[in-house]
Amino acid sequence: MDLGPHADFILASYGVVALVLAALTAWLIYDGARQKRLLENLEARGARRRSRAADQGSLDKANPK
Amino acid sequence: MINQSITQKLANPTRFMSLSGAILPWLTAIAVAMIAFALYRGWMAPPDYQQGETIRIMYIHVPSAWLGMMGYAIVALSSFGLLVFRHPLADVSAKAAAPIGAAFTLLALITGSLWGKPMWGTYWVWDARLTSVLLLFFLYLGLIALRSSIEEENLAAKLTAVLALVGVIILPFIKISVEGLTIPWLGLEIPAWNTLHQPSSVFRSDGPKIHSSQLYPLLYSALGFSLLFFALHMKGMRNEILRRRVKALRVAEVDRARAAEAAAPAE
Repeated sequence: MDLGPHADFILASYGVVALVLAALTAWLIYDGARQKRLLENLEARGARRRSRAADQGSLDKANPK
Repeated sequence: MINQSITQKLANPTRFMSLSGAILPWLTAIAVAMIAFALYRGWMAPPDYQQGETIRIMYIHVPSAWLGMMGYAIVALSSFGLLVFRHPLADVSAKAAAPIGAAFTLLALITGSLWGKPMWGTYWVWDARLTSVLLLFFLYLGLIALRSSIEEENLAAKLTAVLALVGVIILPFIKISVEGLTIPWLGLEIPAWNTLHQPSSVFRSDGPKIHSSQLYPLLYSALGFSLLFFALHMKGMRNEILRRRVKALRVAEVDRARAAEAAAPAE
């Protein structure tokens, strides 16, 4: 396909779109995998979220008035 | 809770993770297929009678510009949802949309420059359209920088939301910059700025001013890149929910360790 005298500009445009969107996608996939790994590690260590009431209860036990 | 709206149903992050996990692979596949189809149609379309082969840049430049603005509209709407309705996923949505919108705005600027050089004889002019889109890009960077500079997450969310809502004025400014605005019943007439950038060829009150052989590939391309935007946004939101869970577990772990330390008898 002959893109004429401005072929460089056309190909550069498509190239930069492919590059930026590929980089954005790769970053999102990497970030997602990293967060998932961190979460799995924490859960494997037995970490769990607790309710405020439970937190307050344990604080009261730890610091009796 | 029988009469829940869709936004109320999606307010639960666990439900959102489950639903988005099922939708995301399909959405991504449809987006990629649609973009491939649109670009094939764009490359097979005839060259423009004035712009020649460079018209092919339109099939990526115009969707990028639309999505740069749509991304900011999503950030602003999500910010509104956070400040007014305190929707649990609103800030997650705003935070995830900002870098994606910034990327599409950057692409609009770069592909516009690469289109401008052969057509206008210059990569850049400081006219209203180009400058306002550059300001939109800086606004995105400002939102990202402001959020990352504040450690306390709730405060960062609120301040970023306020800035996003103040900055939403840039969107009508971008639109009006090359076309002006006339509202007869208000007696309002804003003239178009003197600019090299052409006015809209698609969304016009008198219908599209572009031949169907170029219009349809452009619309397919806009649809494909829009679906890709939504897929990336959904992925970004999932990542942010996971990040907040990690943070919550770490905080709980530290709290538990402190409580255990305080409960232990002093030696």
